[in-house]
Amino acid sequence: MRLFLRLLARNRLALAGAVVLGFVVLLVLMTPVLPLAEPNITNTADRFQRPFTPGHLLGTDHLGRDLLSRLLWGTRLSLAVGFSAAVIAATIGAAIGIVAGYFGGRTDNLIMRGVDMLMAFPYILLALAIVAALGPGLMNALIAVAAVNVPFFARNIRGITVGIAHKEFVDAAKLSGMGHGRIILSEILPNVLPVIVIAMSTTVGWMILETAGLSFLGLGSQPPQADLGSMLGEARAALITSPHTSVVPGVMILIIVMSINLLGDGVRDALDPRLRSGALTRPMAATLVDRDSVPEPSGDGILTLDGIETQFHVGDRIYRAVGGVSLSVGPGECLGLIGESGSGKSVTALSIMGLVASPPGVITGGAARYRGRDLIGMPYRELRRLRGDRIAYIFQDPLATLHPLYRVGDQLAEAIRCHHAIGRAEAHDRAIELLKSVRIPNPESRARSYPHEMSGGMRQRVGIAMALANDPDVIIADEPTTALDVTVQAQILSLLNDLRRDRGLAIVFITHDFGVVAQLCDRVAVMYAGRIVEEGPTAEILARPAHPYTSRLIDCVPELGGGRRELAAIPGLPPSVDDLPAGCAFAPRCDKKQSSCAVGEVALKPRDGRAVRCLYPDWRPA
Amino acid sequence: MGSYILKRLLSAIPVLLGITIIVFAIMAMIPGDPATAILGSYATPENVEKLNRDLGLDKPAAARYFIWLGNMLTGDFGQSFALNRPVIHEVLERFSATLVLAGTAFVLCCFFGILAGVVSASRQYGLADKAITFAVLLGISIPSFFLGMMMILLFAVSLKWLPVSGMYAIYGGGDLWDLLKHLAMPATALAVVATGVIARLSRSAMLEVLRQDFIRTARAKGVSEHRVIWGHALRAAMVSIIPVLGIQAGFVLSGAVYIEIVFQWPGVGRMLVDAILKRDILLVQGGVVLVAACYVIFNIMVDVAQSLLDPRIKT
Repeated sequence: MRLFLRLLARNRLALAGAVVLGFVVLLVLMTPVLPLAEPNITNTADRFQRPFTPGHLLGTDHLGRDLLSRLLWGTRLSLAVGFSAAVIAATIGAAIGIVAGYFGGRTDNLIMRGVDMLMAFPYILLALAIVAALGPGLMNALIAVAAVNVPFFARNIRGITVGIAHKEFVDAAKLSGMGHGRIILSEILPNVLPVIVIAMSTTVGWMILETAGLSFLGLGSQPPQADLGSMLGEARAALITSPHTSVVPGVMILIIVMSINLLGDGVRDALDPRLRSGALTRPMAATLVDRDSVPEPSGDGILTLDGIETQFHVGDRIYRAVGGVSLSVGPGECLGLIGESGSGKSVTALSIMGLVASPPGVITGGAARYRGRDLIGMPYRELRRLRGDRIAYIFQDPLATLHPLYRVGDQLAEAIRCHHAIGRAEAHDRAIELLKSVRIPNPESRARSYPHEMSGGMRQRVGIAMALANDPDVIIADEPTTALDVTVQAQILSLLNDLRRDRGLAIVFITHDFGVVAQLCDRVAVMYAGRIVEEGPTAEILARPAHPYTSRLIDCVPELGGGRRELAAIPGLPPSVDDLPAGCAFAPRCDKKQSSCAVGEVALKPRDGRAVRCLYPDWRPA
Repeated sequence: MGSYILKRLLSAIPVLLGITIIVFAIMAMIPGDPATAILGSYATPENVEKLNRDLGLDKPAAARYFIWLGNMLTGDFGQSFALNRPVIHEVLERFSATLVLAGTAFVLCCFFGILAGVVSASRQYGLADKAITFAVLLGISIPSFFLGMMMILLFAVSLKWLPVSGMYAIYGGGDLWDLLKHLAMPATALAVVATGVIARLSRSAMLEVLRQDFIRTARAKGVSEHRVIWGHALRAAMVSIIPVLGIQAGFVLSGAVYIEIVFQWPGVGRMLVDAILKRDILLVQGGVVLVAACYVIFNIMVDVAQSLLDPRIKT
């Protein structure tokens, strides 16, 4: 609760809404004791006095009544009716929703059918019908407004209750012999109350508007009593000659509803955890770059990374996802990038083409060079021209990474048409050729399929076809086989292998599986906590790992026909990248750790075409 | 697809029946005697009794409901006693005027609402986003009837650009240009609230979609940012925007009642308010049922549009 109030207070707009609303409520509560003229005393001699005339601060209306006094009394009435309608609608609606959601089955079905039927009305028809039946009057308008809002509450609360009614604590209460009534009051109600409050805070302004509307139509409060709506309705006849009589109540409604809406939005935001964590921010077209210096080129491959550093800035915390990664890959070469989840391998790959979601991602250092041109900080237009054309990506889980509403043929054709000015038909033919080249049967009919109509392996082939669309020089494959079963995985790997031999593709292959690396990669780089800890030719590293982490990682792979060898899981968890230990990041989990491991930087030391970041590497003779 | 539309149409039948029951039940709660209301309190008891018999009011409620329902199915909605003409003629005439107003407002709010939402989301926390967010807040907080009155003061009285009220000029006029001039203010005033709601929803739907993996794929392909936003992202966001458009159509239709009063638009909303104040029950019943039925059909069209847009929905 205190956290909630603090969050609310931090939202300046919500605070402004609360202050304004508080002021209005205070004014309205004090109305009976304020030195005001009687609101209903007519004085036709003083009709339509302008504002700021002596004795009438806001002027007078068509019967010479003091507008300020009528405004405050009217506001009092409008607020009272609006809030009462909200409370009544919330109470009845929540009761219906809880009963439907808690008992479920036929009760639920019957109630929700009725609710759906009421929601099939434009709300005003229902309100008008109710007022028509009960007759005009403020009380009847209140009933009508409350009634038309009951279905909204019933529907919302039912949804929440259904979720709660099957939780363990409700089952426990049932088993302990509690009656339905007690369970609803003591277990269900406390859990749905916040939702009721949110729903009320977002609808109360709306209900004030609706009541004002009915009064405006002459169906709400009856003369001489007036709420804001009927004041506006009465003033309409004199709109052109004495506009102030309309403006005064209209502006008051605007002020009240706006402050309630601001406050309601604040309440909703404060209670919505997604907004709190900043999860609802939009990633920009390219990752933000904020680096002080550009390092000199180090490698001579077609794609070279030099000390890439990528961070996530979430609130005051900084997560160093990638802490200076240097890599190089040549034409026809396949480089494996391996590590546990969260080691920064995917972020490294996405940093190359500025595809890290930003905010919160920021590239804070290093360079990524394609044929000597730095991709980091390249103008967006040039970067876009290289994306998918010279450097293409294959992503994991193609159900999420392909657009669900476009046919795969169109998605492939689009990849080509982004970079080449060719006609629709030609692009379509080319798309079918691509599907054929990744060995999809019936490519003509498959091109018309949507992603959800294909199998996982098929979708992954589409993903590969899309990467090949423009005959790129480099493909970055981010765990392309993780979601697939083993036979499909083998097919995809051999496909990629053929492609790089036939077309001289450079491949950066990201995985957490040494088995896959052994099949495909010429060289491999092992990542841990955002840095490369070991690098070298695949065969040598597999045979003689020098870094303790690498050897533990290789031990994790089960061997086919290897007998009953015990699989050695690595104890502990990788360190959190917002709080890295001093010295070697793996030291806390390492069984060869010395006291010197926890002091100072450990450098990546090269030796015989390999490199390792360890003070006590295990160099075994070949 | 054809069978899906048929299925949705069939499922509307119980809803429509439910609506007639609700309307009839509410109107049956009316205290007092409609015949007295028609004839006035000075009517002789004999006359009241005769009228009750003529109107079929001496029968039990259930029988009256089925007679009313049966008549409606043959297109006979009864006679408005205040206007002394068939309900169906009056309602259809008035409803066509409402459709012109509400339809225009609906097109406006869909177009500007989605436009504002997309622009706002694609420039999140930028100046345009803040300006749109503020305008939206203002739009959903202002009573449409007050906005309409202020527009009359500004555009009709002070600037004299547009006519104050009505659907056509009384002398001359009657052509499309005349209609558009009369339509401009009421349609705008009516569209404002729904525009705000749609803009808000479109913004959050877009923000939700823009974080999805397939947007990153589009960017990785080299699709231009303009196409990422207006093509890939908006297309996916429409799946959650369209159902709200259906709901907003109901709000536009509802709001039309106020706007018709403010601008003297000869629509069905004004007719209903007059009918309620005059206790013209058959006119109220017939009007409510016809408008609600149109709304139900419109919502089926929204569902069909949704299924055309999203191939994942089983048809």
